[in-house]
Formats: sequence, structure tokens, C-alpha cells
Amino acid sequence: MAEKVLMKGNEALAESAIRAGCRCFFGYPITPQTEVAAYMAKRMPQIGGTYLQAESEVAAINMVYGATSTGTRAMTSSSSPGISLKAEGISYLAGSDLPAVIINICRGGPGLGGIQPAQSDYNQATKGLAHGDFHILVLAPNCIQEMCDLVSDAFDLADTYRMPAMILGDGMLGQMMEPVALPEPHESKIEKPWAACGTEMKRPHNVINSLYIKPDELERIVMDRYARYRHIEENEVRYEEFMTEDADIVIVAYGASSRIARNAIMAARAEGIKVGMFRPITLWPFPKKALDRVADTARAFLTVELSMGQMIDDVKLAINCRRPVYLANRTGGMVITPNEILAKIREIKGETL
Amino acid sequence: MAKLTFNEDRCKGCGLCVSVCPKKILRLSENKFNKEGYTAVECIDMSQCIGCAMCATMCPDVVIRVEK
Amino acid sequence: MSIVFDRPKSLTDVPLHYCPGCTHGIIHRLVAETIDELGIEGKTIGIAPVGCSVFAYNYFNCDMIEAAHGRAPAVATGAKRANPDRILFTYQGDGDLAAIGTAETVHAATRGENITVIFVNNAIYGMTGGQMAPTTLPGQVTQTTPYGRDPQIAGYPVRICEMLSALDGVALAQRVAVDSVPHIRDAKKAIRRAFENQINKRGFSIVEVISSCPTNWGMEPVKALEWLRENMLPYYPLGVYKSKE
Repeated sequence: MAEKVLMKGNEALAESAIRAGCRCFFGYPITPQTEVAAYMAKRMPQIGGTYLQAESEVAAINMVYGATSTGTRAMTSSSSPGISLKAEGISYLAGSDLPAVIINICRGGPGLGGIQPAQSDYNQATKGLAHGDFHILVLAPNCIQEMCDLVSDAFDLADTYRMPAMILGDGMLGQMMEPVALPEPHESKIEKPWAACGTEMKRPHNVINSLYIKPDELERIVMDRYARYRHIEENEVRYEEFMTEDADIVIVAYGASSRIARNAIMAARAEGIKVGMFRPITLWPFPKKALDRVADTARAFLTVELSMGQMIDDVKLAINCRRPVYLANRTGGMVITPNEILAKIREIKGETL
Repeated sequence: MAKLTFNEDRCKGCGLCVSVCPKKILRLSENKFNKEGYTAVECIDMSQCIGCAMCATMCPDVVIRVEK
Repeated sequence: MSIVFDRPKSLTDVPLHYCPGCTHGIIHRLVAETIDELGIEGKTIGIAPVGCSVFAYNYFNCDMIEAAHGRAPAVATGAKRANPDRILFTYQGDGDLAAIGTAETVHAATRGENITVIFVNNAIYGMTGGQMAPTTLPGQVTQTTPYGRDPQIAGYPVRICEMLSALDGVALAQRVAVDSVPHIRDAKKAIRRAFENQINKRGFSIVEVISSCPTNWGMEPVKALEWLRENMLPYYPLGVYKSKE
């Protein structure tokens, strides 16, 4: 185990990306993720990589598209309004079967919204990122160590499945400091025979493209991609359970809200209410089967979200509405407190148990 | 002495080559169609060709090979 | 007898999808001839646009990347930064480069991004059936300027070479045409220079090629080139607008 160092979430994530072989970073300043760009601007020249401040989020994601088309590990980071601008490029990455890592340090919306932590981009990340039939991998860390570990995994998963992967964090995780054990620098062994990096006159030309004029061809390509998605749903689901075995009420929360929920669980248990937590780490693929198993024993669910309730729909679908699903939430950059969650737990106890 | 070779089935009958030929020896065939249905270019007197390649330079479909 | 003119090797041996008399084919060939002459096919990566030349990725034997509409200079930037020893060119039309991709074009140029841009200006959106382009001439009738482009309503055309020549990062901004054999020969020289600049790490080079669109202009191919000479060349004078030695 490497020695632990105290680092800010955004910077730890950036360092971990470099250690995972990220050699190109294209960004644009936006609060609360700018530390990622600033860190990359400092570190990339030291390792012979590229940091480039793009003229826009649109240009940044297309620079990622260009770099990853040649087989180079590339990343961009932004916050909510910037991710909306990157949507076009992410659709093209998905449509061209290109790996890439995209960081969203989510803030309140819609529109310019605010700059405080939020989780209101859940639906955007997992369902409606851009035009067309496609998914991207969405990983949601809840501590700085996980920010490091998941960004490293995101590069491997993206290369393995040839698709974009997103780290969905929030301003709280990005800005806070914790001790982390940084991963050792590692080289990827994943080969990229598809890369458009120059033929060297040794092979036919490679073409990176998402255009299929013949509808039967496009349908086949999309269906093949969805077969890959099914494989991912079977094999790459990640989640963490906390005191769910005997829980009557199971909180479902990810990222920053899962940290707060943990405090509420301990307080509820002290009052004799059996509460546990199911924490999805992959938001896509969502851990549907595992959550459905929890519904065999739990009597009610409570999603804790820093939004008007977006993941709650996935929870209801996963358990086929077999149990009541409640919501404890704040939005707009307001952070929910353990007491607010505890109040909701007491309310559920009164209604359901 | 020069020779033109036409990749006839690639010709779209646009006539740009005809318009630049200094010897006026190219024309679009009047009753012969290529497999795409275009009236392709033909040379009416190869003996007059000087191999200047102006036709090939002007051709948007790389139909013409020139030897000299 | 020896061959004095033949298909360049870096052009794939497939029929081009362009309309009869469309000059895209000539420009493709000039790019391919340049790649052959410089012996760089194996290290060249081309970026195709959205528009009539969207299928350019099928026509060059070098590796090709299809970009989103207007984003080719950003895609080329990413590919070039990741692979400084590769030769990157973009091939873009007027809607792609001068309307939806203006920001990407201007910023790649001002950064002095060491890439080669082939900009085909035929004053119209071809692929979508003949709508007004940023380069459509005042008075020119298109599907979306049915009474002729009125600058009071639709604004004035954009002159890209003139505009980019003001930027420090630009190594070459040259406007050429493909309406005649002498002009095509000049165009070839300009394209070759734009690639040589990149090999010599001089920075951003753009060659604007004044081109025709017989189908959407509603003219016979030969007539379209006459119209180009009479109408486009006075508005878009040929020449070198910027050249860093």
C-alpha cells in the first residue's frame, strides 16, 4: 500500500488519471472543477503530455475525440453547464466506439444554476446525455480515495469496451481534502488496432466514424453496441451495502449524499430503527439485480439525493415497485443534513413499519 | 504521340475535359451510355492528342490516364 | 511512352459520390497528389467534415477520422497534440468551417496549430440541397434566400483568408480556385506548400479553394465555372493573404 498523502479531490483525481496513462487533457475553466485543469496544466508538461485550454467545452471534447481516435488516453473535465456543451461530442464518441474519460463535478442547475454541490445531472448522465441510442459508463465516487481509484478504472473500462466513461462527482468531493493512497503509475496493456494513428503503409487505412447512411447497417451497429451494453450490465455493476442485512429501511444514495446518509443511519439505529444503505457505485450500469435482492428483506426504501429526485425512478424500476420508495432531498446547491434524513426516516417508520 | 485511357464507367459526362482540350478532340458520346447511365467522354482522333493532360487535370473523377 | 498523368496512389480506387462536374473531386486529387509527392501517406491522418465531403474518409488511403459538423480543427488539434510527428489535414466546406465551426477555425489558427486546412468555398450548402452559406454572395439565390441574399437581412459573406491573415499563428492563408487548368496548377502548389509548412513546423496553414456547385447553383458544370469566374472571384480575390517565411 502506497503512503497516504493529503489531497484535494479534484487534484487527486487528476494525478490518478496521469498515473493511469492519461496523456492528453483538454479543458475549459468552470467552477467547481477548475482545480483539475490547473493541476493538469502543471503536471502534463512534466511528463511530456498535453494540457491544452480549449476555446470552449465543445472544442475540448472534440480535441479529446481527436486524441483518442489515435489511441491516446485522453480526458476532459467540467461541471454541469459545460457537460451540456460536451453532449454533442460525447454522442460522437459513443457513435464511433471511442474510449474517453469525462469528469462532471456537478453543480446546481438548470441553466447557469449555481456553483454549490448538486446531483441534478443524474438523469443526464445515465439516460439523456445526447442524441441517439447509447450509454456511457457512469461511476460515482463518494470519497477522495474512490475518486482516484475510479478514474483509473474508468480508463481501463473505457478502453476495454470502447466507450466513454464518466466520473460523476460533485462540488463537495471535488473541493474537500482527505488522505489518499495514490496508485502507482501503470501502463495499459489494452491494444487498439482500430486507432487512426497513421498506417505506416503496413495496413489498410483505419476510419473513425459514426455515419451509416444505410439504415439496416446503422441498426446492426447499434444492436451490436447494445449487446456489449448487456454484457457490461452483467459484469461491471458495482455497489456497496452497509448494514442492509437486518434493515427495515434501506437508504439508496451515491456520492456526497451517501456520506451524509451514513451519519443518519447511525443516529436512527441509536433510536432502534433498523436502517441500512445501498450505495450504487456504477450509476450506469445501475445495480438493478442487487437492489432487487435487497427488496426481499427491506420493507421501505429512501433515496437521498441532492436533486428533486432523479435516481428514485431507477430504484422503483429495479425493485418493480414492490416496496414504497421515499425521497429525502435538497437541491439547487443546498446540502441535506443528517437530521433532515433522520426526520424522514422517523416519518417512514410511522407510515410503513 | 500520346495516348488517353478512359476509365469509362467512372465518367459522369460533366464535359469539363471537353471544354479545356486545346485540340478539340474530346466529346461526350451521343448514344453510348456507361453503366451508371452517363454519356461518357470519348476521343474522336487520338492521333492529334499532344498529351498535355489538361483534360485529366480538369476531370473531377480521375477518369483519364495520359501517356506520352 | 511513359505515364504523364494517373490516379494518385493515396486516393482510394472507388467512384466518388459527387455530382457530375463538382470540383470536390479535383481538390481531393490535388491533396492526394501532394501526399504522394511528399511520401507521407503512412503518417498522414485526415479529418473529414460534415457536408458534401462527409465521405472523404472513404477516398483517402491514409487513416481518416470523421468529425462532427465544424469541429474538424479541434479534432485535428487533439490528434496532432497526441502525435506531433503525424501530418494532420482537415478537409472542410464553407458551412462547416465558416459557420458552425468558426470558433474552432479561428482558435486553431490563432494557436498556430501545426495542421493543414483545405477549405472548399462554393458559396452554398450542398449536401442539404442548396441553402445559404456564410459565403453566399449578396444577391445570390439559394433555397433559403429565394429573393437573393439581402445583406440587410442575412448579413454579408465572410472572407476567411482575409480574416485569418490578421492572426499571428497563421503561417499560410492563400486563396486559389479550380475553375481552369492554370488555376488548378496554382492550387496544387498552394496545397503542397500548406503541407510542407506543417512538415517544417511553421504553424497553421489554410488553403481556401473557390469551387463550384453545379447542382445547387442550377447550372451546367462548364457554365458554373464561368459563373464562378464572373461572380465569386471578384468578391473573393485569389492570392496569398499571409505567408510566414
